Amino acid sequence: MSSTAEQTGVPTGTWNADPVHSTVSFEVPYAANTFAATVPDIEATLADGKLTGVGRIASLKMKDENMQAHLQSPEFFDLERHPEVRFESSKLERDGDTVKAAGELTIKGITKPVTLAGTISGPLVDHFGANRVGLKLETVVDRTDFDMNWNMPLPSGEGALSNDVTLKADLTLVGQ
Amino acid sequence: MKILAISGSLRHGSYNTLLVRALVEEAPEGVEFEVWDDLKSIPAYDQDDDVVPGPESVEALRDAVRDVDAVFFATPEYNSSVPGALKNALDWASRPLATNAFRNKPVAVIGASAGMFGAVWAQAELRKVLGAMGARVADVELAVGHAMEKFDEDGHLVDEGIRDGLREAIGVLMRTASPELAAA
Repeated sequence: MSSTAEQTGVPTGTWNADPVHSTVSFEVPYAANTFAATVPDIEATLADGKLTGVGRIASLKMKDENMQAHLQSPEFFDLERHPEVRFESSKLERDGDTVKAAGELTIKGITKPVTLAGTISGPLVDHFGANRVGLKLETVVDRTDFDMNWNMPLPSGEGALSNDVTLKADLTLVGQ
Repeated sequence: MKILAISGSLRHGSYNTLLVRALVEEAPEGVEFEVWDDLKSIPAYDQDDDVVPGPESVEALRDAVRDVDAVFFATPEYNSSVPGALKNALDWASRPLATNAFRNKPVAVIGASAGMFGAVWAQAELRKVLGAMGARVADVELAVGHAMEKFDEDGHLVDEGIRDGLREAIGVLMRTASPELAAA
């Protein structure tokens, strides 16, 4: 009998994200470095080999409340009219520890195809007896595809804020 | 729908104030314009005075913005940018930034100038400022150049093309303010 820790396929059944141990975030190059924000209020489910997830923009967290408000304004996520971002995968492909989730990402009411790529671990049985799967996924999107066009020119003429944004999902999924 | 109209000029007989007057004349059914003309009473922004409540004229501006569904600006252009008095009023109105009266407020910007370009740079800068404040900036641009030729001696807008442009701009702002109208 094989151990579940050696499972090499996509786990069957339904797995829901444990919100305490799951983080959805994004990073964007800004001037000489990057800045990051998190979206703590999320739901994610892996069911029948398909991954779906929702992030609520009202929960978006940054260190500075004014910058947080700017990101929630119509120039960026437009919280008032588009309170959620959503990902729905058509399929999840696992190859050893690596995984790919091709699907559709909806931000600000605009849906684009994306492929999230990363690693998968588990399933394993945790200290409370629950089955857990870990998924670390990321992708890079062009924010202007989602009607987020704000920028500020540097003296060089380049924009201070990159168009390419790295989206990250670090999910702990618990078997139901 | 209530729309607040603001001229960025203080000058008596200002073309932008006359443009606001024409805008009000073109209000379609269902739109009620209110003109805010107290720009001169706004003190110079000073963070030391930025307390609760703020100066009376500033609080009146904030209340006027909160009470309407959308805001229309007609701006002149000083040195390729927004007039100081108007920018100063917006700096006051933008405080505190995260919860200011313009947050999510649909806004439109038009402008008039005596020169040929119709304050296009000031309009662009004003849209940038409003966007940074969190306003919902409508895709409107109306540049009234050579403004002295567009109004008669009573200050009445006599250019029908510009009147068409005003009606179209109001329509775009209405659809920006109300997605249900845009979908209809």
